Amino acid sequence: MPLVSPEIFAKQTIASVQDYSILCWRAVANLFSRPRYWADIYTQMDSIGVGSMPIVVLTGFFTGCVLALQSATSLQEFGSVSLTGNLVALSMVKELGPVLTGLMVSGRNASGMASEIGSMRVTEQIDAMRALGTDPVRKLVTPRLYATVFMLFFLTIVSDAVGIAGGALVSVTLMGLNASSYFHNSYRALQYGDVVQGLTKPLFSGFIIATVGCYFGMTTKGGTQGVGKATTQAVVYSSVFIIIVDFIVSRAMIGIFGR
Amino acid sequence: MPADLAPGNVTQAQQTPDSADPVVVFEDVSITFDIKPVLQNISFTVQRGETRIILGPAGGGKSVLMKLANGLIRPDSGTIRVFGEDVTRMRETDLFKLRARIGMVFQESALFDSLSVEDNVAYRLHEEQVPEEEAHNRVVEALKFVELEHTISKFPSELSGGMRRRVSIARAIIAKPDLILYDSPTGGLDPITSTTIIDLVIKQRDVSHTTSLVITHRLQDAFLLARNRFNQQTGKIEPIPNNGIDDSTKFLVLNEGRVVFDGTTHELVHSTDPWLREYLS
Repeated sequence: MPLVSPEIFAKQTIASVQDYSILCWRAVANLFSRPRYWADIYTQMDSIGVGSMPIVVLTGFFTGCVLALQSATSLQEFGSVSLTGNLVALSMVKELGPVLTGLMVSGRNASGMASEIGSMRVTEQIDAMRALGTDPVRKLVTPRLYATVFMLFFLTIVSDAVGIAGGALVSVTLMGLNASSYFHNSYRALQYGDVVQGLTKPLFSGFIIATVGCYFGMTTKGGTQGVGKATTQAVVYSSVFIIIVDFIVSRAMIGIFGR
Repeated sequence: MPADLAPGNVTQAQQTPDSADPVVVFEDVSITFDIKPVLQNISFTVQRGETRIILGPAGGGKSVLMKLANGLIRPDSGTIRVFGEDVTRMRETDLFKLRARIGMVFQESALFDSLSVEDNVAYRLHEEQVPEEEAHNRVVEALKFVELEHTISKFPSELSGGMRRRVSIARAIIAKPDLILYDSPTGGLDPITSTTIIDLVIKQRDVSHTTSLVITHRLQDAFLLARNRFNQQTGKIEPIPNNGIDDSTKFLVLNEGRVVFDGTTHELVHSTDPWLREYLS
């Protein structure tokens, strides 16, 4: 990678932040004016939401299993194995469900968006779209943004549910806990603030996945090598942003709900 | 910053230009990429019904000029007026309306690879929400014009380079634009296929009399355009009798980002400019 002067680096970084902010604003605002590409939104919902179901279910389920397995070992020392349900439910709903779902969807879809839009960019299809009188942000970015935010919310709920189910399977079959008591404890552990926190995070993660993926796609340069670079950057940046924003949202929610 | 992410700043009122007004006007247009000047002080005018052939060696800024004319990129300085509207100052949203009157054929076709030929050609009609049956009929008509009606249900990846270029022409002409921009329509094609494409450009010129800009770096394509016409009775391309040349076809020659010639076919072949004579020989 060539070295650039700090001044040029600073200018490039600020220009990128500016471009990203403009893209985000236009992507959000486009839904409030015509034309609206509803068919593209539904297609993206299917691709992003339904298409991500297998990895989200598998990740959530086995995270719940391992969480139950690991926490039971520690809880056993305090004679509180029966609290495994509480721990699994709280961890899945507040933290692991939203973050892991975000990261998995980011790996699958931010890369997909960057490579698809990036390929269109380097083969002049984006310019062709503009030449044919279509706004590429409205046609390509807005549907992906709204579809990701909407579907990630429900994918997180699915992940939470299968995670708790996975924890139940391990607790009942390997540790001999009572299923009814596990689910009762899980249900009792969760309060309104926990659920709100867990379901607020995917809204931010979905926004990050779609905007970062599309931003790197729309700014792809340099042929197929550029598409590869854009794809990698999209996954790296969106994953890091998801974790940083997760921390910020967690702190804000603890401030609001006190837990 | 990519132009499609750039916010606009000035709204231009839609104007109905007088038929005598020029369709495209470049005034002192310059653009630099990084530190390399690509176009320097370019000025020329394209009149209504004129076919302007843009000639020049590769890397001379021809494709950049074409994208500037369609508002796909903005110049660093100078003014570009298309149908009387200043495209250098228009908002992107206003440019979309203006581009409804412009058809563009890209260098590498730029067909949407996930859409069938029918959906590619009908793209603009679908955007304008033209009823499905009417759109289909117009697609068939446009594909008949480029003699590719049998490819209607194929995908771009199933077509040869020349066929893709012809589909791209069908996509550009389907909305009956007032201006067509051909960005190297014969680039990378074999001589026979290139002649087929140029025949289509001549046919479009002589049937619809649409104003057009045609980029080429092949002299034989340029002179084919200048010396041939479409005979509507026979439906064939034929040389203009008595070694005649088409009056509506003019030339613009670019070299290293500067205009080295702007004039008629007759003036071009009789030019005494040493570089031009060497280039034409």
